[in-house]
Amino acid sequence: MELVFFYILAAGALLGALLLVCYFRNPVYGAISLIFTLLNLSGLFVLLDAHFLAAIQVMVYAGAIMVLFLFVTMLLNLQEDELGGPRYGAGKLLAVVGVAFLTWQLAVVLMRDSGPVPGFDVKTLPAAQMETFGTVEQVGRLLFGDFLVPFELTSVLILAAIVASVVIAKKRI
Amino acid sequence: MAPVPVIPLYHFVVLAAVLFGLGALGVLIRRNALVVFMSIELMLNAVNLTILAFARYRGLPEGHAIVFFVMAVAAAEAAIGLAIILNVFRVRRSVNVDDAAMMRN
Repeated sequence: MELVFFYILAAGALLGALLLVCYFRNPVYGAISLIFTLLNLSGLFVLLDAHFLAAIQVMVYAGAIMVLFLFVTMLLNLQEDELGGPRYGAGKLLAVVGVAFLTWQLAVVLMRDSGPVPGFDVKTLPAAQMETFGTVEQVGRLLFGDFLVPFELTSVLILAAIVASVVIAKKRI
Repeated sequence: MAPVPVIPLYHFVVLAAVLFGLGALGVLIRRNALVVFMSIELMLNAVNLTILAFARYRGLPEGHAIVFFVMAVAAAEAAIGLAIILNVFRVRRSVNVDDAAMMRN
């Protein structure tokens, strides 16, 4: 049953990504197909017991970030001749071959690491840790415990990003 | 959570590799800066999927905190990148990445 859900969600994610990269010329359609991909990925996160991050994926990624993309796309109001088609033949072919090689290498390396680890079994982990895996409680304890300094630095990063984007996008300060 | 996962780990890993490859392809073959930027977001999401898959199958909740930080950085990056695209469009009247290849003039 979980496997069926996996295949449905994986097919949806791949379909959205393919449409974004290879089919739609208009970035508005591309953004919507990317939102479709992100929602499918959120479902995959649920299959991986990452409940908190699945919710964050929908709210922050599919919500906030993609709305920002759509907002900017519609603000630019691109005309048909400004959309920018795909690259010319030879370069495109080279890119496809290179990316296929990269993907193959990536899959080989990651699959080598995805086998069972000697002397490790998920079943031997403490039951209390496994019961709360991926919940808001556990991620919250991590963020305000072991990861407190990076978490606070993230707020500084976002403040810098807010100021920087205003400075960059403003015509005259 | 179930003690023994039903879906093999390599399913997630191969899916993430293919999504990352599609994102890289989008960066290479598309010329619209907005689509290039969305492809970068796709690559970031493929990485997130890999981290979460390994976190689940190795029982390491720290991966969730790392994915959280990746999302925060992606949000900051999206805000700044879109501001830069807006500015490039204002100067060049185009979002074609080939038109913005020069550093000046």
